[in-house]
Amino acid sequence: MKNPYLPNKYMILDVQHQTDIDYTFRVACDIAPKNGQFVELSIPKIGEAPISISDFGDGYIDMTIRRVGKVTDYLHNLRPGDHMYLRGPYGNGFPLDHYKGKRLVIAAGGTGLAPVKSIINYFHQHSQEIQGLDLFIGFKSPKDILFMDEIENWMKNERFNVVLTVDKGDECWTGNVGLITQYISQESIGKDENLEVIIVGPPMMMKFTALEFLKKEILENQIWVSFERKMSCGIGKCGHCKIDETYVCLEGPVFNYTKAKKLID
Amino acid sequence: MSLKLSREAFDDVLKDLGKEYKIYAPIRIKGEGRFSDTDVVRYGEVSGLDEIEIHEKAHFSPKEILFPITQTLFYFTEGEYQEPKYDEKKIIVFLRPCDINGVTRLDQVFLENGEDKDIYYERLREKVKFFMIECIEGFDNCFCVSMDANKTEKYAAAIRFGDDMLVEIKDEALINAFQEKGEFVNFEPTFIQENLVNVKLPDIEQITTETFEDDMWKEYAQRCIACGRCNFVCMTCSCWTMQDIAYDENNSSGERRRAWAGCHVDGFTDMAGGHGFRKNYGDRMRFKTMHKINDFKKRNGYHMCVGCGRCDDVCPEYISFSSCINKVTKLVGEERK
Repeated sequence: MKNPYLPNKYMILDVQHQTDIDYTFRVACDIAPKNGQFVELSIPKIGEAPISISDFGDGYIDMTIRRVGKVTDYLHNLRPGDHMYLRGPYGNGFPLDHYKGKRLVIAAGGTGLAPVKSIINYFHQHSQEIQGLDLFIGFKSPKDILFMDEIENWMKNERFNVVLTVDKGDECWTGNVGLITQYISQESIGKDENLEVIIVGPPMMMKFTALEFLKKEILENQIWVSFERKMSCGIGKCGHCKIDETYVCLEGPVFNYTKAKKLID
Repeated sequence: MSLKLSREAFDDVLKDLGKEYKIYAPIRIKGEGRFSDTDVVRYGEVSGLDEIEIHEKAHFSPKEILFPITQTLFYFTEGEYQEPKYDEKKIIVFLRPCDINGVTRLDQVFLENGEDKDIYYERLREKVKFFMIECIEGFDNCFCVSMDANKTEKYAAAIRFGDDMLVEIKDEALINAFQEKGEFVNFEPTFIQENLVNVKLPDIEQITTETFEDDMWKEYAQRCIACGRCNFVCMTCSCWTMQDIAYDENNSSGERRRAWAGCHVDGFTDMAGGHGFRKNYGDRMRFKTMHKINDFKKRNGYHMCVGCGRCDDVCPEYISFSSCINKVTKLVGEERK
């Protein structure tokens, strides 16, 4: 009998410090995920946690992980050559093909950028597959900014319109300040059946960002969100991520807004 | 095949079966109840008929036999994952029809929900035979008839307890143990037809976001103390949390195990970083109620609650789940049959 809880051991290839508390781990592995899927990452005797896959390629996956708990505290002491344990990938992921040929709008708050980063990079490398990409990225402060090198690359892409903002600036910051909803309201985004919107971030940010797009006459079925919930299993058994008759680990974490708006925790 | 046996003969059969099976049944544990000088009735291993307590509802359900309170999934030595040894001995459980129907709900979650089967549950489940305790009168707070969980065909043997024991044996593997121990009779178990408590079930098609936001849940925000006892005595609550531990004596070794979790208890939805949901206890009552009598059915075609009433028996705040169901029904209208 196959034991679905048994993880495999993988070697860390690289650790990039994005901020003081967010590190990106590149792990050599045969997991071939879809954009927006997640894995269960574990360290024996410490614990197990669901983690988004922030990017992937031939023979590796990346995970950007904030130091906020027991597993992630331990993880942040690991170096290239060390090992971690993974099982998965789990969840449905984003319907990438559905976005091709359209104008895509992505609004990401904080670590919410991680689960959509692989989509942005895909369209950065395959710009001809998309009409354009409007990217709204918000962080709490300049020191919380993730993936700065990549954001700068995206800004150079002619088909991309990148708006980077922080809730609160500092003396060195000369960029945008304010919530992303305010920048979305200024953009010329409106009724357009050839447009798709992805929103990922903290629950409040997702709620108000969705309302902002709806105000601009974007249809509910054009909006996609990705949920984050407590999970112990990732395979529909432990019950933590269930919302009504929906299991976020099985039918999510990516939901169309027509479904997401009905999910009451 | 049905037999009438003397209590002594039935006891002999149990002792005989005990060589091949672990036998679990409700037992009375003196002085271990919630109040001083009260007993607790819960599941334990038995070796004879006299140990089985059938005059009172078991305060805890038999689910812990299939889904232990804590269960080791892996042992760790130097980072290697090792599955625990598999105990080959088969299991017999004495339980009532509502609880047998409860196992169907556990099967649904552990074996049918999602693509993967939970092998730890499956390995235990495959070893279990049900000895159904005939239950004609029920107890306080029972509402199994309303939940359509008062009857079942899924038993290896059915037993009427009395001065003589009446047994219907369905499982051929058991015939040897019972043969020549009693006389053939016509016996089929009777199922309870009416409880002291009845509920009207809601029309789940009429349950909407307004139902979730209704004022009826505010009462529970005041009354519930989030102790989770209703979750832990429930036959069908199947949630759990993963835990890793390192042994004190030798912290290079340890284990990964799962432990029961309850949606009423603090921390059920808390994530690293501080986000959580349903901080309000009324929302937790709404969440549990909707799972038991709304969303489980929307997903699986039948209600999760089996009406055993243990949640009402155990609540220290005297919250009645059956009353809560009736309130939902009053709000949205009765189920159309």
